[in-house]
Amino acid sequence: MNPVLRQGLAVLSKDMLLDLRGRSRISAVLFFAVMTLLLFSFAAEPDPESMRRHAAGYLWLALLLSSILALGESFRSEVEDEALEGLRLLPVDPRALFYGKALSNTLFLLVLAVVLLPLALGLYAVEVRGSMTHLAGFIVLGSAGLAAPGSLYAAMTSRARGQDVLLPLLLFPLVVPVLIACVKGTGLCFSGDAMGQSSSLLSVVGAFDLVYWSVCGLLFGRVIDE
Amino acid sequence: MSKPPLALAAENLARGYGDRWALSGLNLQLAAGRSLLLAGPNGAGKTTLLRLLATTLRPNEGRLEVFGIDPIKSPMAARRHIALLSHRTQLYTELTAAENLSVAANLLGLARNPQRVPELLQRVGLEGRGDDRVRTYSAGMRKRLAFARLLLQDPKIVLLDEPYGQLDPSGFAFVDDLIEQFIAEGRTLVLSTHLLERASPLLRSGLILAAGRMAWVGAADDLPQAFSERFNA
Repeated sequence: MNPVLRQGLAVLSKDMLLDLRGRSRISAVLFFAVMTLLLFSFAAEPDPESMRRHAAGYLWLALLLSSILALGESFRSEVEDEALEGLRLLPVDPRALFYGKALSNTLFLLVLAVVLLPLALGLYAVEVRGSMTHLAGFIVLGSAGLAAPGSLYAAMTSRARGQDVLLPLLLFPLVVPVLIACVKGTGLCFSGDAMGQSSSLLSVVGAFDLVYWSVCGLLFGRVIDE
Repeated sequence: MSKPPLALAAENLARGYGDRWALSGLNLQLAAGRSLLLAGPNGAGKTTLLRLLATTLRPNEGRLEVFGIDPIKSPMAARRHIALLSHRTQLYTELTAAENLSVAANLLGLARNPQRVPELLQRVGLEGRGDDRVRTYSAGMRKRLAFARLLLQDPKIVLLDEPYGQLDPSGFAFVDDLIEQFIAEGRTLVLSTHLLERASPLLRSGLILAAGRMAWVGAADDLPQAFSERFNA
C-alpha cells in the first residue's frame, strides 16, 4: 500500500479511537449544536413561514459553530503531551497527517449533521421537497469543505495562545463561499428545486472542496513545522 | 580500516526564540556509532540542540546533515534514522499502552508483527499493564512506554533528553542497560542529563553548553570534573 495512504488510514483510525474514548467531547459538541439550533428558533420571528425559509441557514450555522469546538478539540490530544512532535519523528508524512485528520473531522461533522438534520426538520416544520440525493451531497461536501481548512487552521492555532478566538477568526472568512452555496442548496432541497439550481451549487461546493483539500494538504507540512 | 560515516554534522547551527538566541554558532561532528554526553546548566540550550538534531526544530542559521541528508530538503528521509526521547513523552493519554505502540507500529508499517508490542512492553517492564490507559500511568511508567516506542522505531541515531527523569532506582538501571545496548548495537547516541557521574562512564565524548554556546569538549569521563570547575557544582 502507498505509504501516505497507509499512514493516513492509521491517523484516521487513531483519531476515531480517540473520539470514541472521549465520548464526553462528542456529547458536549452535540449538546452545543442542538442548543444552537434551539436558540435560533427562539431568536427568529415566531412565524412558521419565516422559520421554514431560514431553516437551511440555521442548520449550517449550527454546524459551523459546532465545528469550531470539534476542530479545536481534535488537536488538543496532539499538543497535550507533544504527541504531534512524536508523529513527525516516526516519521509521518505531513500529507498523511493532514488527510487522516481532515477525514476524521469530516466524519465527525457528518455525524453531527445526521443528528441535526432531522431535528431542524422537526423544529422548523420543514419537509424535503427536493432531491434527497442532493441534500446528502450538500451535507457530505459541505462537511468536507469545513473540515479541510478547519483542520489546517486548528493545527496552526493549536499551540497559539487564544486558540479559541483565532480559529474562528481565520476559518470563517475562508469558508464563506462553501457556506453560502450549502445554505442556498440545502434551502432548495427543502423548498423544492423547480429551476434545477441545486446541481450547479453542488458543483460549486465540490470545486471549493477540491481546492481546499489539495492546497491545505500541501500547506500542512509548513504549518506544523517549527 | 575506513572511517565510519558522519551520523550528525552541524555547522554554525543557531536557533533563537523571539529576540533571544537559545543556541548559536554550534559546530558538531559525530561519527556513526559514537556517543556524546551533553551537559549544561538549565537554559544552556541542551533541549534546543537535541530538537535541532532531531530535525523537529528548524535552525535560524547554519546547516545540519543526518547521514549526509539535509533535513530541510528531505525531512522524511532524515527522520527515518532518528528517534528522540523528549522531556514530554509524546503519548496519547486516552489510549492504552498497547494501543499507543500499535498506532506507532501502523504508522511505521510494522503492523504485520503482532508479537512486537507485547515483547516491547515486557522489555520495558510494563507487561500486564498494556491494556491500561496511559492517563492511569505514573510519570515513570510513561517514560518506560516512551522508551518502548523508541525501541519500536529502531533508529540509527538515538537522542535522549533527561532519560533518567521521573524514574525510580530500578528505572535508572534499566536506562543504563539500554544505553549500553544502544552503544553495543552501534547506534549513534546523544544524551543530555544532569546526572553526569552516572552517565559519563557509559559514553565516549562529552560536550558542555553554556548560554547557548559550546563551552567545553572532551572525553565523557572528564566531563563531570570540567562541569564542576565551570559551574561550581
